[in-house]
Amino acid sequence: MLRAQNLHIQRGRKTVLAGVDLLLNPGEVLGVLGPNGAGKSTLLAGLCGELRPSQGQVWLDDRPLAHWQGAERARRLAVLPQSSTLDFAFRVEEVVGMGRLPHQSGRLRDEQIVAAALQAADAAHLHGRSYLALSGGERQRVHLARVLAQLWPGETGQTLLLDEPTSMLDPLHQHTILQAVREFTSRGAAVLVILHDLNLAARYCDRLLLLASGRPVALDTPRQVLRPEPLKAVFGLDVLVQDHPERGHPLIIAR
Amino acid sequence: MTALVKPRTLFIGLGLLCLLATWLSLALGPVSLPLLDTLRAALRLLGLPVAADGLEQAELILGQIRLPRTLLGLAVGGVLALSGVAMQGLFRNPLADPGLVGVSSGAALGAAFAIVAGSTLGGLPEAFGPYVLSLCAFLGGLGVTALVYRLGRRNGQTHVATMLLAGIALTALSGSAVGLFTYLADDATLRTLTFWNLGSLNGASYARLWPLLLVSAGVALWLPRRARQLNALLLGESEAAHLGVNVEALKRELVFCTALGVGAAVAAAGMIGFVGLVVPHLVRLVAGPDHRVLLPASVLAGASLLLLADLVARLALAPAELPIGIVTAFIGAPFFLYLLVRGRA
Repeated sequence: MLRAQNLHIQRGRKTVLAGVDLLLNPGEVLGVLGPNGAGKSTLLAGLCGELRPSQGQVWLDDRPLAHWQGAERARRLAVLPQSSTLDFAFRVEEVVGMGRLPHQSGRLRDEQIVAAALQAADAAHLHGRSYLALSGGERQRVHLARVLAQLWPGETGQTLLLDEPTSMLDPLHQHTILQAVREFTSRGAAVLVILHDLNLAARYCDRLLLLASGRPVALDTPRQVLRPEPLKAVFGLDVLVQDHPERGHPLIIAR
Repeated sequence: MTALVKPRTLFIGLGLLCLLATWLSLALGPVSLPLLDTLRAALRLLGLPVAADGLEQAELILGQIRLPRTLLGLAVGGVLALSGVAMQGLFRNPLADPGLVGVSSGAALGAAFAIVAGSTLGGLPEAFGPYVLSLCAFLGGLGVTALVYRLGRRNGQTHVATMLLAGIALTALSGSAVGLFTYLADDATLRTLTFWNLGSLNGASYARLWPLLLVSAGVALWLPRRARQLNALLLGESEAAHLGVNVEALKRELVFCTALGVGAAVAAAGMIGFVGLVVPHLVRLVAGPDHRVLLPASVLAGASLLLLADLVARLALAPAELPIGIVTAFIGAPFFLYLLVRGRA
């Protein structure tokens, strides 16, 4: 389980993230919302050890994150960055297979897992294609399949960090991909996902963290966080909040 | 351009190509030997019981001249191609060249120093000449690469973009120093210097061969162990770290292997360009970018192609001999341009 305790992060001399306390529960999807430059990606970089905290600590299970060995950590914590650059003509299943690097599960098992992860990311039909021939959205789904394969099948104690996994996807795939992420957590893994779409966050997240200028403003259920007052305060956006007529979750409409 | 050929087919094909190139390299030259005699003499040299009748001349030529030259070609070609793969992985760019980290220019500087200073001081006994030259070239390559690597480091991290720029600057600086040595050289040393800069497998001897063979074997055994990490590195340094790769250690190993490998190759055979750039590229076109196949296949392809280039160098103007660097550049540079133009289209 991943836990942040009073996390502060500096870039140069500027404190870009301050006072974040966070515990990712097994099986939960936690969404991170906030305007551009609010510190969402910095938080993610701090949670995966890419940036060192200037104050506070990140824990993976009972040990500080920095005390974990590379491969041992990679078996419990996977990260999907906003965008990846890969200029070599790997086949799709080879890219997804890179997710199996920290494991010694054997070629046969790896192939099964790669196929299952591609299926989960709705990218099974891309099997055999060259990565360079894919569109931006298809590449994003292949990388999602890669991080799913890294933790597959996903169990309690494992954590997946996703930085805007839907940014390049068409409307249908925004839903199928977040649905796939939800299904992945049903086996016990925890997910932290940075999102920009408030309605996607309302529908697919169990809890939401609202960030503004590097500070946590709210950490609660979507119904508590997605109210007109905090949204006005953080995004400067006037909204109406209604209930989704069929599903009941909050529906955010700009005025 | 994903894999067109299955790895097993590729390795069988490249293995046969390598054997064929070796056979031809042993047989052809100013004195061409019948192919069958070459084979029998080679088998005898390997200690197999083959009748010796009429093979004395073949055995002498093979043992004294052709075999060390062929082994030199195999090792130089293999290790240059491997270093090319390592650098293209490190810089995550399929058009990177081993020379980028300054190892070739450093070696050239070391060699120029040895050639010019050696002859100016005139103090070196004849027998040590070649060894001093090789040693200076090797140390020059290692030294400049170490400096480039140091300049690329900040806060415990290696910035490959900074390394690239430092490599360009130090290459220019080494070039000016080589220019100064050239200016100071007299006519005889100038000729040695020029020929060294063009590369040659001529004059190979077992004594100069062993260090290179050891280094090549070490690099060729070590790098394939890092194949999957290299694949992950192509995703990006932070992605590789998320996959559990110790990225700093990997980068250090890649630079060290390249400095060692190219340094030893240049020390033994002079400057031979474009092998490290073009060979990995050719292999990728045929077999895809997976380093588990690319690394061993590049060794075989690099070794074969260098032997074939050496055959051209030996036979094109026989009995005179072209420097092999001219041949590799003459074939490699247009191919590189073709890749550039095709990539843009």
